[in-house]
Amino acid sequence: MSDKGYITTAWLVLSLALLFGAALAGVEMLVADRIAANKLQETLSQVSVLVPGADEGKAYELEGQVFYQALAGGERIGWVIPAAATGFADKVEILIGVDAEVSTITGLYVLAQKETPGLGDRIREDAWRAQFKGKSTDSPIAVTKVAKPGPFEIRAVTGATISSKTVANLVNATIASVREPLQSAGE
Amino acid sequence: MATDGPTPLERFISGILPENPVYRQLLGMCPTLAVTNGMQAAMTMAGATTFVLVMANLITSLIRNLLKPHLRILVFTLTIATFVTIADRFLAAYLYQMSKQLGPYIPLIIVNCIIISRCEICASKQGPFTAIADALGMGLGFTVALASIATIREVLGSGTWFGLRVLPEMWPDWVLMVLPPGAFLTLGLLLGTVNWLSSIKARKAKG
Repeated sequence: MSDKGYITTAWLVLSLALLFGAALAGVEMLVADRIAANKLQETLSQVSVLVPGADEGKAYELEGQVFYQALAGGERIGWVIPAAATGFADKVEILIGVDAEVSTITGLYVLAQKETPGLGDRIREDAWRAQFKGKSTDSPIAVTKVAKPGPFEIRAVTGATISSKTVANLVNATIASVREPLQSAGE
Repeated sequence: MATDGPTPLERFISGILPENPVYRQLLGMCPTLAVTNGMQAAMTMAGATTFVLVMANLITSLIRNLLKPHLRILVFTLTIATFVTIADRFLAAYLYQMSKQLGPYIPLIIVNCIIISRCEICASKQGPFTAIADALGMGLGFTVALASIATIREVLGSGTWFGLRVLPEMWPDWVLMVLPPGAFLTLGLLLGTVNWLSSIKARKAKG
C-alpha cells in the first residue's frame, strides 16, 4: 500500500487519537491538583498508623523529593516515605513508615494500585502489609513462597508474585537511596 | 437523514427491560458480579458506565459515515478508553474514597461489552439523537440491574441500604452475601426469576 493509501485509511484514527489525547491532557490539567490534594490528605492521615506514636505529619523537602516527618509532640520520631514503581498492571504507589534512624520499617501502606482484583490487589490487605512491620533495614527484603519466612523475607501473595516483588523491591530501592540523606537530615 | 431501524423512543425503552443488558443480553457480567456488594459502589459504577455509554455512542454516531469497516473496532475502543479515563480521573478527584474502593474496576469499563456492542449495533448505524436515547436506555437498564442485585446483597449481607441501617441491629449479617458467592447466587436467582416471569407472560399471550 502506498503512503497515500495509508493516510486515507488511517486519518480518522490518527486525528481522533490526537483529539482524545488533547482532551485527556485538558482533563488532567483540570483535576490533577485535586487528586494530588486527596492523596496528600490520605498520606497525612496515615502518618500516625505508619509510625506508631506519631501525632502529626509534616512535609519535608530534601533534594527535590518530598518526605513526611512523623512528629510526636514536635519531636521527630520517624519518617513516611512515598515511593512508586510499575507493578503488574499499572503504577503502584506506596508509603513506607520508618523510625527516625531509618533502621526499622514501622509500617507500609498502599496509596494507589490497579493490580488484578482478587490476586495482586491483595497487597492492600492488612495481614500482608504487616509483614513489613518491624523489619530491619540492614539487609534487603526478599520475597519467598515458603510458609515461614526468615527475618529478611516476606511471603508473596499467592498468584501475585509480580505484585509482591514490586512492593518488596520498591521498599529495598527506596530505603537504600534515602537512608543516608534522611539520617543526616536536619541534624 | 434517513435512518432505518428503531426510533429513539424504541431504543430507549428496549434498553431498560426488553433488552436489558444484564438480564437479557447477559453482558457486563464483571461489574455486575464484582461491585454489587453495596449500593454506593454499584451506583457509582452504573453512573460511570452510563456516562461512557452516552459519550461513546454520541461520538461514534457523529463519525459513523467516516468509519472504515476494518478500523471501526479500533475507533470504538479508542473512544471508549478516552471517556473511561476521563471518568476515572474525575472519580479520583471528586469521589476519592469510592475511586479507591472500586480500584481497577473503573478502568475495566473499557472492556465492558455493553458499550462496544451499542457502538456496533446502534451508534455506527443511526443518528446522534437515537444513539443517545439508546445509550440512556441501556445505561438505565444496567443501573436497574445493578441496583436490584446490590439491594439484595447489601440488605441481607450488611443490614444496610446505601450505608443506612434498614434492618434491626439484631439482624445476623449474612456475610456470604457481600462475598463473591453472594454475587453468583443473587444473579442466578434473579436471572431465573426474570426468565420464569417472562415464560409465564409468553404462555398467557399464547392464550
